[in-house]
Amino acid sequence: MAERILTRRRLLTAGGLSIGGFALSGCDRLSQDRSVRGGLSRAEGLTFAVQRALIGRHALAREYSLSDVSPRFPANGTLMPDTDEYQRLLERKFVDWRLTIDGLVSRPLSLSLVELMKLPSRTQITRHDCVEGWSAIGQWTGVQLGPLLTAARLAPGARYLVFHCADNLGGEAYKGGDQSMGRYYESIDLIDAFHPQTILAFRLNGAPLDVAHGAPLRLRVERQLGYKHAKYVMRIEAVRSFGHIAGGKGGYWEDRGYEWYAGI
Amino acid sequence: MPTEQQPEPATRQSAPAASPGEATESANGSQPTKPMTAPLSDGDAVAAQSPVADRAHEAAANGAAVSQPAKTPREILYRHRLATRVTHWINALCVAILVMSGLQIFNAHPRLYWGEVGAYGDPAAFEIGAYDGEDGLRGVVRIGALEFDTTGVFGVSNGAYGRAAVQAFPSWATIPSYRDLATGRRWHLYFAWLFVINMCVYFAFSIANGHFRRDLLPAHGELRPRHVLGEIVAHARLRFAKGEPAKRYNLLQKISYLAIIFIVLPAMILTGLSMSPGFNAAAPWLSDLLGGRQSARTLHFVAASLVVLFVVIHLAMVLLAGPWNGVRSMVTGRYVVPPERKHG
Repeated sequence: MAERILTRRRLLTAGGLSIGGFALSGCDRLSQDRSVRGGLSRAEGLTFAVQRALIGRHALAREYSLSDVSPRFPANGTLMPDTDEYQRLLERKFVDWRLTIDGLVSRPLSLSLVELMKLPSRTQITRHDCVEGWSAIGQWTGVQLGPLLTAARLAPGARYLVFHCADNLGGEAYKGGDQSMGRYYESIDLIDAFHPQTILAFRLNGAPLDVAHGAPLRLRVERQLGYKHAKYVMRIEAVRSFGHIAGGKGGYWEDRGYEWYAGI
Repeated sequence: MPTEQQPEPATRQSAPAASPGEATESANGSQPTKPMTAPLSDGDAVAAQSPVADRAHEAAANGAAVSQPAKTPREILYRHRLATRVTHWINALCVAILVMSGLQIFNAHPRLYWGEVGAYGDPAAFEIGAYDGEDGLRGVVRIGALEFDTTGVFGVSNGAYGRAAVQAFPSWATIPSYRDLATGRRWHLYFAWLFVINMCVYFAFSIANGHFRRDLLPAHGELRPRHVLGEIVAHARLRFAKGEPAKRYNLLQKISYLAIIFIVLPAMILTGLSMSPGFNAAAPWLSDLLGGRQSARTLHFVAASLVVLFVVIHLAMVLLAGPWNGVRSMVTGRYVVPPERKHG
């Protein structure tokens, strides 16, 4: 009997020690294990399903008053796209810039900044939540994405909108993880695309969008975290799936481990 | 005094069975004054069916238990139900991973604010920072106007690659140990779900089986000032209950368990949800109630600190009160009731 209990004790001790060992050294190994990462990622699907069921298609993110606007709205990620193409556009104050809407649409669009600004616009004062943890409130003015997509006539197979941007991002290695250089892109589904607060913004706090905040045009997807709000948008592509684009996860940060659904 | 020694089962004073006469005494005549164990409450009657008790009966019936010299009898209580044990350990795993991955997430922006918004450039209520001093990198913690040099632990510490690194919380406290917000979030959000589901299971079982009412709710007389004071004094002197009172949680235990179960852990979930822009669109009132999104983030950190404080005290008490007995009772359910002291 004594032996049996000692065995049990040994078992518990071994169990305790292995849990401690796991905590100290194993987590890094687990963090890099493909199947563990896959398992952990399953939480995203649950979060997505539950939030979509809970929030409702048209629930609005809170809108604030002018007095709530943050005096300094931080800029993150790329602050000045360094491609020659962008530099040329910037030199001529984006008069040569055009937004392309193509892919699975039956009437592709190509719009200049002036043409976009002539369309009915929406102004919203919203809170921007960065995945890092900070928040700021800004006033955004832009064109709702939904009517543009209606005008471009989405094909029946289209499920996502991919935003191709002008900036290469990378070199933020101090933030850890695989943050190799790559062209910024993002993607959203049709529910977010047709949400009334999803706009292509060209003004921030009453002034034309500055370069650091995404000039000439950036996406606002108000019910998701900041990295979904693609800056320097050049082209919007309607696709059935984004698996063939870049890393296949639907965005620059998504390809580097972040959630595609950034509602939390 | 029996501590962790394991006597032969037949000489062990097992929990009373359905017919007490058969259960209490072994054939060993050398301990005529062996005390009867107190009858257990209804919820604990399960002990009578425990394998240990059964073996004791068998051995007694066979008269095969005379070989060992007598040891002081032990009373074994079936203290923790299966649902409590399973949810306890799942919760322990979740809390460990949530705290460590939470610190990874905190490190991405090691400043806390009060109100709806806050970012670099705004005044922070709490901040872990670093600066280049004359003698190298220095880490600092700022709480309001107070500033503490915390080089080596907070702000600047040995990084995952062995060099001094600028990181709010040190590598040993974060998951992963190296800086990786994306992976920290994956761990955090996965175990947040497991934590919430486990909490729901725990609440369902604890309401259904009376655990809350019977074990955690302070009994009528327990809240009298005299009793409360006595408990505090006993705790301060590290005197732990023996015999009959040791079968129940003491008052301070009940209060801290109730606080962590009904206030702090639910607060973790609510303050966590209030940081979600998706959830904010569904229920903006919750973040309002907490004082804004950045206040919710600050409260999430404060509540997490309380969880860590609870865990530290909880582990200290387990160590002081008898770690083997305590841990085993949370694994197998069986708790050896510490016998009354013979002298004062």
